[in-house]
Amino acid sequence: MMASTPATTTTGGALVKSQGTAVAKAAGGSSEYVTVTIGGQLFGIPVLSVQDVLGPQKITRIPLAPPEIAGALNLRGRIVTAVDVRRRLNLPPRPAGEQGMSVVVEHRGEPYSLMIDSVGEVLSLPDEAFERNPLTLNPRWREVSGGIYRLDGRLLVVLEVERLLTFQGTSSAA
Amino acid sequence: MDDLLREFLTETNESIATLDVELVNLEQNPNNPPLIDNIFRLVHTIKGTCGFLGLPRLAAVAHSGENILGKFREGKLVVTPAAVTLILESIDRIKELLAQLEQLEAEPAGDDNDLIERLDAMAEGKIPAGAAPPPPPPVEVAPAKPAAEGDFDHELGRALKPGEVSLEELERVFQETAVLPAPSKAEPAPAPAPAVAVPVPAAAPPAAQKPTASAAAPKEAVATAVPAESSVANQSIRVSVDLLENLMTMVSELVLTRNQLLQMVRSLDNSEFTVPLQRLSHVTTELQEGVMKTRMQPIGNAWAKLPRIIRDLSVELGKKIDLQMHGAETELDRQVLELIKDPLTHMVRNSADHGIENPADRLQAGKPEAGRIALNAFHEGGHIIIEIKDDGRGLNTRRIRQKAIENGLATEAELDSMSTQQIHMFIFKAGFSTAAAVTSVSGRGVGMDVVKTNIEKIGGTVELKSEEGKGSTFTIKIPLTLAIVSALIVECAAERYAIPQISVVELVRVSGNSEMKIERINDTPVLRLRNRLLPLVFLDQTLRLVEQTDEIDTQSEKFIVVTLVGSYQFGIVVDRVFDTEEIVVKPVAPILRDIPMFSGNTILGDGSVIMILDPNGIATASSETAATESTVVEDEMRHARSSELMALLLFTAGGKEPKAVPLSLVARLEEIDVGQIEFVNGRHVVQYRGKLMPLVTMREGFQMRTEGRQPILVFSDHESTLGLMVDEIVDIVESELNIELKSSDQGILGSAVIAGQATEIIDVGYFLTRAFGDWFKNHDDSPFGQASEKRKVLLVDDSPFFRNMLVPLLSVAGYAVETADNAEIALKRRDEGEQFSVIISDIEMPGMNGFEFAEEVKRDYRWRETPIIALSSHTNKSDFDRGREVGFADYVAKFDREALLKSLAQTLSTEGNA
Repeated sequence: MMASTPATTTTGGALVKSQGTAVAKAAGGSSEYVTVTIGGQLFGIPVLSVQDVLGPQKITRIPLAPPEIAGALNLRGRIVTAVDVRRRLNLPPRPAGEQGMSVVVEHRGEPYSLMIDSVGEVLSLPDEAFERNPLTLNPRWREVSGGIYRLDGRLLVVLEVERLLTFQGTSSAA
Repeated sequence: MDDLLREFLTETNESIATLDVELVNLEQNPNNPPLIDNIFRLVHTIKGTCGFLGLPRLAAVAHSGENILGKFREGKLVVTPAAVTLILESIDRIKELLAQLEQLEAEPAGDDNDLIERLDAMAEGKIPAGAAPPPPPPVEVAPAKPAAEGDFDHELGRALKPGEVSLEELERVFQETAVLPAPSKAEPAPAPAPAVAVPVPAAAPPAAQKPTASAAAPKEAVATAVPAESSVANQSIRVSVDLLENLMTMVSELVLTRNQLLQMVRSLDNSEFTVPLQRLSHVTTELQEGVMKTRMQPIGNAWAKLPRIIRDLSVELGKKIDLQMHGAETELDRQVLELIKDPLTHMVRNSADHGIENPADRLQAGKPEAGRIALNAFHEGGHIIIEIKDDGRGLNTRRIRQKAIENGLATEAELDSMSTQQIHMFIFKAGFSTAAAVTSVSGRGVGMDVVKTNIEKIGGTVELKSEEGKGSTFTIKIPLTLAIVSALIVECAAERYAIPQISVVELVRVSGNSEMKIERINDTPVLRLRNRLLPLVFLDQTLRLVEQTDEIDTQSEKFIVVTLVGSYQFGIVVDRVFDTEEIVVKPVAPILRDIPMFSGNTILGDGSVIMILDPNGIATASSETAATESTVVEDEMRHARSSELMALLLFTAGGKEPKAVPLSLVARLEEIDVGQIEFVNGRHVVQYRGKLMPLVTMREGFQMRTEGRQPILVFSDHESTLGLMVDEIVDIVESELNIELKSSDQGILGSAVIAGQATEIIDVGYFLTRAFGDWFKNHDDSPFGQASEKRKVLLVDDSPFFRNMLVPLLSVAGYAVETADNAEIALKRRDEGEQFSVIISDIEMPGMNGFEFAEEVKRDYRWRETPIIALSSHTNKSDFDRGREVGFADYVAKFDREALLKSLAQTLSTEGNA
């Protein structure tokens, strides 16, 4: 029961701890991202939200699902919903013969496999290089982008997993 | 949500459930100090944790409740039914607050001073006359068996709760897992501590969890000196359901891997793997069974709320009801338990309301004054049987016959050939109620059909036996678990699907040149099956795997899965049929929950993911014949209630399915040259009548026309106009607007049958706010029981726009809405003797304004008791105060529909309790 003092203190302790890490991150002045490419554009997914990186998978189509849903796949006994990120970003489908990859993330306790073109590396990016979305950015993109990092010769768009997975049909699924 | 908060919600909800039972118990045994102590402690705990988490409203209510209980404990106050009612009321308030807390993750604004004042007055021994309800007649609710057994003397001293497993069970699972790596060391685990004995720490095998748990157990036992039987309960630990689900998933995976291995080894002769594999196989099976058992829960959990419900009902209806419950310890799967809870509650309510007669009638009939409702649960084969038996008046066969004829369900001749039992089954038809009077409890003719559908959904059946004057018995038979089901694997358009075996009747192979072939009546495919025509559904079309317009190939070989849903038989046409396979049903991802065709998905033995078809969903989605059979009655019933026809504009936007909007909401229909559409600030606008009009689309992926003219529906309200881009304007029809299915899609109120087709009704309010700021939050779903109770609402508003916007919204929320253009018309309704549960009134109206209207309503006795909710576009402090003064129960901003729904629910519930 909740009333027992030891239990509440422990939970309280955990709270303080998690705040502590948040502070540490801010002070460090950099964030880590897994880089992925989609249609030639470099994107970054916060490293902590990435659970798995997969090669091409056998995907079961799901009829009647929103078009962004590519299907479902079996990841070690878990059924993972595959999301076609190209479709989500209004990009043309991947050219035939080119094999894609997937990054598995968890969103509200459910695993989702984000289908992208290829996975790069893990980058630690300094806060100074961060910039908010330019206002002229395509609304579809602005919706899912958490901001831009200026890298040497390239720009990296931060993919906000939460917003990426919120589209027609998911908005009410809490 | 914050972990701490979530834990608090779980804990408190559990405590509240216990409190409900305990308080009713206390009412019957007022002089039971341990009982009072326990209640006091539970409330105290709630108060304490609320204070800790900074939830002042909850803490304040709990505190005042605790004061009274403290007085009870000290003997300064006598336990009276009135006092218990008041405490129950405070528990209800806590429940409400908790529900809101869960949604908002913060305590809702407002205060509970009204309640607290009454509680405090009670604590001081002053019972203000009029404020407290009259003492209800003594209720004889026999204490539930689980209540008696699950000892509440200490936090741990109680029966297993949802999500808990007995320690013994976990121990066993653990042991089996431990066996795997080192089989030679696997001594059989010492027998679990005998049920009655005090746990002996020495008996603990080298398991990680055991020492902590058993060390704690004796301490508890000493501290509270619990009776011996509760030491069984001490043998349990709390495990989250997620963990169990994960365990289940892992075990399923293990089973599948084992099967694959077995298959590989079978082809090898004399392999060295054979023996260890057999061992692995054996252990896996046991592990699977063990984990399955952890999901099992006593059915008593679903019953815990019933004593309170019966108590409240008996007070409300002035009846004496004795509720008996047997077999509460009978176990079934957690998931099944959840699904059976609501139907069960509904049936018990029905028995209390319709079945049991008034005390006077009972005495006259020579029966004891107190009616009896008995619940009985037991196992039989792979099923669990639940009986609900009452000794009331039984079903009136004559009335049912009459009603069946009235509703056109059967002819006189047909009825004559039916047995009494068959006639009784009519009560499960939609819209069927023989109750002479509609009470707030039941009698609306919705419910029993829902009960039956819900039970059938999980593969169960309901039977009914009734003898007039003696009582009725409902027998529900449901499978023990839904986790592992046998399914038929079929192929259609090169994809495989699973159909639950339970609904498959037979398989038929057809081809153009064989005796069995698909024939058609005006393009509707049918099959002659033993001299009956079987309606057919092509799975590829239903799932839109092929274009609807494709010529159906009736020549090639096909398979027909003859499926039975309820009493409706139809055939699902597929390309191939494979084997049946035992599958582990997993819920589909939240994104896909709205697709009615699938009940889940699973992983097959070969590791591929496969969707499980829901025959119910297919039947409803594809067959109008089946739908009309049951909806005819419903429609007629609705006709009787309201015959307001509404002109609806039908159109399509982003898809073939028709959408509709009340025509009166549409200001104009326009076609605009796409060249004029401009893209400004992230959205489409067009210059329209000298102003900029924002254009919105039905959904994200909507393809705007690239050339020519874009059809647009223009909505306008006072100053603002808005254009909705659509594909095509189809028609204008006059129809009733009965929204049958609520939608979770934003922008869609729900679906209704319009011109014989399921049509989505769009929510103009949503688009207006999307274009003009403040987004609404998701509106909450009303729970099972509530939705079926239609409350009459009178809406007074001069703006036709708002009337039209609110009517669909409110009818979706389950209210029967009538409208009045102004206060004078509304008052005319009063003079005609109409009664409403609640009135919603605009403030700014020509003629008599909202305040004057409220004053007028409160002045006259006829509607004095009817609560009024004010609706206004500006909600400032002084308006608010004035509203309170003239007697508005609540004051809601016009665009805030969530607040309106909440306010309605709250107003009606306080009304119901008072």
